Amino acid sequence: MKLPPYAALLGAQLEFAGDGTPIMRMPFGEDVLGRPGFLQGGAISGLLEVAAIAALRHALAEEGGGRIKPINATVDFMRGGRDRDTLAAGIITRLGNRVANVEAVAWQDDRARPIAAARMNYLIERD
Amino acid sequence: MEFDPKTMALQAIETRTFGGHGGRLGIRFHARGEDWIELALPYSPDLIGDEDSGVIASGPIIAMMDIATSLAVWNRTKAFAPHATLDLRVDYLRPARPGHDVIGRAECLRVARSISFTRGIAHDGDLEDPIAHVTATFMVPSGTYPKVPR
Repeated sequence: MKLPPYAALLGAQLEFAGDGTPIMRMPFGEDVLGRPGFLQGGAISGLLEVAAIAALRHALAEEGGGRIKPINATVDFMRGGRDRDTLAAGIITRLGNRVANVEAVAWQDDRARPIAAARMNYLIERD
Repeated sequence: MEFDPKTMALQAIETRTFGGHGGRLGIRFHARGEDWIELALPYSPDLIGDEDSGVIASGPIIAMMDIATSLAVWNRTKAFAPHATLDLRVDYLRPARPGHDVIGRAECLRVARSISFTRGIAHDGDLEDPIAHVTATFMVPSGTYPKVPR
């Protein structure tokens, strides 16, 4: 799966969970730093977005592909992002003909203790 | 945020170059008024989210608006208070034009004891033709904001 150039700016790498669904991994570093010692909120939001897009591209690939355009996103920040890798996964709530509803969650040590989560709506233009 | 509230004067925002993620994105100060503040996000191929169209990803716009709305709170309190983003919502009204810088204008709606409320617009030259509309709330994790007359 090809990821957008913005994923490379974040340093985010694509991995796959046991069931084959995509997971993004973003190392800590100066390029994603906010206040000293913590991830910037925008970098976390960006990782959530990339995870959502990866989940959608993965799901759409099985249905003939399509273009993905963001409609809106709501991001909740639960914990500060610390000096370690951050993982993120997109969970597709509904993949319709025109609209996809996606949740994305970002965590560090424990998936059950997310640092941030987002709900996103995307417009889908099927090929 | 990249700012150390204890050591920075508010005016320092205007001459500040952003480090960390904001610096990597090329975000810079653009303009400031009594009740608003603007940052600029220069177009760069690094920021592209859709290779077919060259439209930048939503992440960089969220990053800029997170910083801009945060600064708008401090622009209202006339003092820095360390705070964290509680939530941020963005509606994309239209795609950003490839090759154009994005301007993020933010204003603070209210500063309560420990929560502040903001909104903002991202545009690429015309405030009347916005790219995105943003609302964000912030929280002082311990303590309270400086008192602001309503």
